[in-house]
Amino acid sequence: MLQEESDLSLVIAQIVQKLKGSSLYAQLERQAWGSWEKRILKSLNSMCTELSIPLARKRPVGEQKELLNKWNEMGTDEPDLSLFRPVYAPKDFLEVLINLRNPNYENGDSLSFRTHLGLIQVPLKVKDIPELKEFFVELGLTTGQLGIDDSTQVPPELFENEHVRIGQKVLAEQDSAAAQQYIRQGSPTALRAELWALILNISSQPEDILYYEQLKTNVIQHDLLVDSLIYKDVKLTASNDDYYFVFEDYLYQVLLCFSRDTSVLGHFAYNSASPPKSYIRGKLGLEEYAVFYPPNGVIPFHGFSMYVAPLCFLYHEPSKLYQIFREMYVRFFFRLHSISSHPSGIVSLCLLFETLLQTYLPQLFYHLREIGAQPLRISFKWMVRAFSGYLATDQLLLLWDRILGYNSLEILAVLAAAVFAFRAVNLMEVTSLAAAEAVLADLSTLKVMPLLQIFLFATVT
Amino acid sequence: MGSNLARQRGRGRAAGRDPAYAKALRWKRAEKASVARTEQVKEKAALRCTWRSRIMAGKVKWVTDIEKSVLINNFEKRGWVQVTENEDWNFYWMSVQTIRNVFSVETGYRLSDDQIVNHFPNHYELTRKDLMVKNIKRYRKELEKEGSPLAEKDENGKYLYLDFVPVTYMLPADYNLFVEEFRKSPSSTWIMKPCGKAQGKGIFLINKLSQIKKWSRDSKTSSFVSQSTKEAYVISLYINNPLLIGGRKFDLRLYVLVSTYRPLRCYMYKLGFCRFCTVKYTPSTSELDNMFVHLTNVAIQKHGEDYNHIHGGKWTVNNLRLYLESTRGKEVTSKLFDEIHWIIVQSLKAVAPVMNNDKHCFECYGYDIIIDDKLKPWLIEVNASPSLTSSTANDRILKYNLINDTLNIAVPNGEIPDCKWNKSPPKEVLGNYEILYDEELAQGDGADRELRSRPGQSLGPKGGRSRDSGRTVLTTWK
Repeated sequence: MLQEESDLSLVIAQIVQKLKGSSLYAQLERQAWGSWEKRILKSLNSMCTELSIPLARKRPVGEQKELLNKWNEMGTDEPDLSLFRPVYAPKDFLEVLINLRNPNYENGDSLSFRTHLGLIQVPLKVKDIPELKEFFVELGLTTGQLGIDDSTQVPPELFENEHVRIGQKVLAEQDSAAAQQYIRQGSPTALRAELWALILNISSQPEDILYYEQLKTNVIQHDLLVDSLIYKDVKLTASNDDYYFVFEDYLYQVLLCFSRDTSVLGHFAYNSASPPKSYIRGKLGLEEYAVFYPPNGVIPFHGFSMYVAPLCFLYHEPSKLYQIFREMYVRFFFRLHSISSHPSGIVSLCLLFETLLQTYLPQLFYHLREIGAQPLRISFKWMVRAFSGYLATDQLLLLWDRILGYNSLEILAVLAAAVFAFRAVNLMEVTSLAAAEAVLADLSTLKVMPLLQIFLFATVT
Repeated sequence: MGSNLARQRGRGRAAGRDPAYAKALRWKRAEKASVARTEQVKEKAALRCTWRSRIMAGKVKWVTDIEKSVLINNFEKRGWVQVTENEDWNFYWMSVQTIRNVFSVETGYRLSDDQIVNHFPNHYELTRKDLMVKNIKRYRKELEKEGSPLAEKDENGKYLYLDFVPVTYMLPADYNLFVEEFRKSPSSTWIMKPCGKAQGKGIFLINKLSQIKKWSRDSKTSSFVSQSTKEAYVISLYINNPLLIGGRKFDLRLYVLVSTYRPLRCYMYKLGFCRFCTVKYTPSTSELDNMFVHLTNVAIQKHGEDYNHIHGGKWTVNNLRLYLESTRGKEVTSKLFDEIHWIIVQSLKAVAPVMNNDKHCFECYGYDIIIDDKLKPWLIEVNASPSLTSSTANDRILKYNLINDTLNIAVPNGEIPDCKWNKSPPKEVLGNYEILYDEELAQGDGADRELRSRPGQSLGPKGGRSRDSGRTVLTTWK
């Protein structure tokens, strides 16, 4: 009895703590996001004025026809993009996060936080390695993994064959929860497309295809300023990528439709951010004339198209590709560029990364800090992009399998720390930020699962 | 190797009147000159400065007439010494022109036991478009005659296992046969390729007979000289339903190293690549002239507006595999790759009987393969001198490693070669190569494997698959 009571009071205390904290953080988030949002909008508007291009305009019929004809090869249509700049890049966003401060810091919510020497100064709760080991228990050394136990040296009878068989069974029964559990050990390449669709609850119904066609019509009829930003981003990133250049045209088809999809606004209900608003010309400040701009409320930043690119390896039917991407965005990716206290939010991920490094690789952390190479400055871009464009595609897909399986982005921070641990010897020898960047410039040869396993389960903590 | 033809041509008025006599005279003189040259070379070697030979003793001496850094860097990193072709050399990476001269009747000379070259004397049996097709047709007929199950045909008369070259005719020799075939399906497109050229030069597409009138043998308006082998063309049925990725056509470039033809021993380089066109594919007849849509040669594509110098329009074969497995499934992808290996081996077997299996030779071929939208691979051509030019940074690394691995197999331990060695390198030196087919090994395994191992049927339990992590392909065909 006594035990239960004390358990209960503990639980209550924790809830109260959470509530207290959350309203605090909510305030914090709103403030921070508010000012960031203002900056982005200002940047967008000024670009608009500078280039004398409206935020949105209706296309003349001739142009509409032309675009319809060119729908499958927009990559070859090269408008003059030299005057456009991305609205912001990940490093700009990092600066905002660095400047987040908790006004009640002095209360010493967590004493240990005083000794936190990383860039993030917001004391959010993050998991330590024992908690991560529990959370990611299926990645343990005694459990079979795709990405490790399907390599050349391991005979397929030991793990792979059985795993594939189970995967086929899960698909046959269309069991979404089972699929999510299953995919924690990785997905066989041939089953991945279907498994992800099952977990994300995407099934191509006629109404979904119709919805996509409707969006396509919107694109044909109206031209948005963000379209140019999307073009520019694709040309700067995916078009130059060894893996994704082939799919350039799909990226336009998905992203242009995405920016017009008002159903995406729905995710702002659980996102502490709010969609940027714009006003009809001449009605500035009048709420009745406020519209969300772009219609989906998401302003693309430099590298945004890389969220879509890896999906092109799995889906080649545009409306399916679109649905999968949209669902991935509203479940996961949006957290990587909005300010929140959610454990999968970018702020928490940054803090988790820094804490892991400082706690378990202190020598490396201090050394890098000494030479002016704060580790987060290097790993931030990896996490914001969920490692897309940095890892080889097959490895990236194995990583995203686990994001879906655990319904969490924390694995990104763990992987980032694991990469630093892997290259620690070389990093200890560098004497500048540039040199540190060079050591970590090429991740394309890394094998993700062994790195994660070693970092979580085979390192002495 | 200067040509002595010029000197010989003018000799003797008798030669001018009687061609047979002239020919016999030429042969006699050529033989004499060859013997004299071999003596000369030997003399030169003996007369060389002893201190120089002491310094170079034990080091492989190389020559090349292809000035490419991926080659030269590889020679230098092995501590090999560069010499000229007139000196005593051990390793000569030659152009196809040079190999012709070395083995020609008039200008050739015998190679000694410690000399190795990178071409087989009559590689053109495989690498000339017309001869390749001829040899494959001959090979198929032979198998059919001996009742081999490999030559089995389906109800339409098409070979089940050996139909991997698009229907091809030589022009002008087979002109009439071609016309007959053309009229059977008049809406088809055909591709005209000059036999002796490379890099996409001189290739064009036709869909009307009038476009190739001048190759007609009976044509009175023909000013085309049919005897000159340089002008010979092949015409093949154009594969107008290629597999498209991202809406673009691509082909596969695979490297295959042959160390000996009898017994056949060949290796496949694991890091092949796909070459994409920069322009979206369309079978529309209005775009038949647009080479950027149809020809995947980098030499052509790199002049397109959209050519990108970072990735060079290339994908690794592993990417292709990942994409196909993810979008089409594992079985059909594995079947496709098995078929690709199969057709390469069959093409080598087809020319093996006619190849001059000179023990001084090895060769690294560039195989061009196109996959159609039914996931069937087609052999387009084989290149004797695959390009060693690098179009991107990744390319340079790939070709450097390719040469490195090739040299490790062809010149064991980087030491002065002995052409009498058994050409069986240990597994550790293969690098990125894997054994594609080893006739000796295959024969040792017994005859019962043949039936189980044709493409489309699952390989036995030992059969692995090439994949991202590089599981070796164990081929068990005969």
